[in-house]
Amino acid sequence: MEIVSVTNLKKKYGDFLAVDDISFSIKEGEVFGFLGPNGAGKTSTINMMIGLSRPTSGQIIIDGINAVKDVKKVQRIIGVVPDENNLYGEMDGFENLCFCAALYGMRKAEREKRAKELLEQFNLTNAGKRPFRAYSKGMKRKLTIAAGIVHDPKILFLDEPTTGIDVESARQIRELILTLKDQGKTIFITTHYIEEAQRVCDRIAFIVKGRIVKIGTVRELLENAVSGHKLKLKVAGSLNGVKDELENHFQTLQVQIPDDNSILITSKERVALSPIVQWLDAKGISVYEAGEIKPTLEDVFIKITGNSCTKSEREKVI
Amino acid sequence: METAIAFWNILKKDIHNYYLKPPNISWGIIFPLSWTLMQLIRSPDMEIIELLPGLMAMSVLFGTTSMLAVTITFEKRAQSFDRLLLAPISLSTLVFAKLSGAIIFGMVNAFVPVAFARFFADLRGTNWPIAIIAVLLIAVTSALLGLLIAVSAKEVFEAQTFSNFFRFPMLFLCGLFVPIENLPSFVKPISFCLPLTYGTDALNRAIRGSSVFDPLFNVFIMVVFGALLFYLCQRNIKKNWIL
Repeated sequence: MEIVSVTNLKKKYGDFLAVDDISFSIKEGEVFGFLGPNGAGKTSTINMMIGLSRPTSGQIIIDGINAVKDVKKVQRIIGVVPDENNLYGEMDGFENLCFCAALYGMRKAEREKRAKELLEQFNLTNAGKRPFRAYSKGMKRKLTIAAGIVHDPKILFLDEPTTGIDVESARQIRELILTLKDQGKTIFITTHYIEEAQRVCDRIAFIVKGRIVKIGTVRELLENAVSGHKLKLKVAGSLNGVKDELENHFQTLQVQIPDDNSILITSKERVALSPIVQWLDAKGISVYEAGEIKPTLEDVFIKITGNSCTKSEREKVI
Repeated sequence: METAIAFWNILKKDIHNYYLKPPNISWGIIFPLSWTLMQLIRSPDMEIIELLPGLMAMSVLFGTTSMLAVTITFEKRAQSFDRLLLAPISLSTLVFAKLSGAIIFGMVNAFVPVAFARFFADLRGTNWPIAIIAVLLIAVTSALLGLLIAVSAKEVFEAQTFSNFFRFPMLFLCGLFVPIENLPSFVKPISFCLPLTYGTDALNRAIRGSSVFDPLFNVFIMVVFGALLFYLCQRNIKKNWIL
């Protein structure tokens, strides 16, 4: 069942079109990823959905409520984790969570109970009485997420949840996102980390220059990504001239030499490995490892943004 | 009830995070003291009671405008203000909560000089109800002015600069230092357009027993100023904060 429906959404800042006529929907209980380079229109879209910005045109329906007209009704059922850790530095973790709960009208006993639960869930109990400004980046991010769910929202908006934090904290946050999904929350996540989107999202929309260029489940996107098969061989020996000789000998193969110890083979058909290994062996090149390279979302992104995105813009999506 | 909880907690947070900080407490004491000393050195024959209305008005004006403008700009800069905008409370509730902190701070500031003055002057003749109403209305209009500045400023230093741009001309034109009747005729119309003029006049009546206007007229004009500033604040907030 659809819980979010966005139709023909546009946002203009003066002459600049930040969001250009996008439409998408999110199912209840789904983790929906919004993937694109910096400046693609991700935050502009999220801000319109949560009521921090007014659309130039278009419609946003969240849980049956018109999010453009009844912003405050929508804000009651959503939780927002912005890209900046915007809690209060002077207040400790516990006070911050209690304050955020109070903004939703929760009574003292209820909000203190909830704050304690969340500190425990996010492994921050020991840091609960420390001022927020003394937290590490990862801890700040976790507390900001905790603050976003303190009122137990139906839908959670996460803007760049793991940007700028260490690998371990990022891993913990991805686990938390999956735990929240298991609890039945609908999650809208914007990110420019392709790998993160692949790990946590059920469906993904690629946004470039304010337009959605592709949308689908991770599986659908991957299936359509790369036609053919890719093999990577780890080798030892001189690879001078090997590319041309291999392509001449095995005419269905496309060969790349990415470095001195690797050969990348692409073919429309499945590749029989032993003739290639024997051929290389005869040339004095030993094969130590061979593996199929499966397409990633990065391949999908490169393929679909081929015409609409510059190389540097693509590189901003890691 | 839910709105009241949110309102109270925003107010409590502001008082705890900003108004009760040592620099602000010392500001509330040092500022009126220095002005009193300056005036007494300049005019040694002057009675404390003659200075009191002006000091109270100044303390409120400086306390409320600067604090509200700076704290809101600071929160907007740190994006913690977005957290308040995202709460399911009306914009008016949020604005009232932010204003209330500044108004309380301004009113407390106003009575610091009164506490000092009690040791040097006989204040038994003061009409306290009028004095309190005047201080409240100066605090409300000054806080709204601070809010108007906060809505327009993007940086803390901008907020401070804008505040001074309004405050200093007001100080010299509202009859604090020079009685309105002694001001040059071309300046008088400007003086009548400043809410502080009516607040100071009401305080003069309450403490010294003399004023240019009737206290009720002063109260009425300040309520009108308050309503006008509130309307302008609401309009600018909707325009500037929800882009």
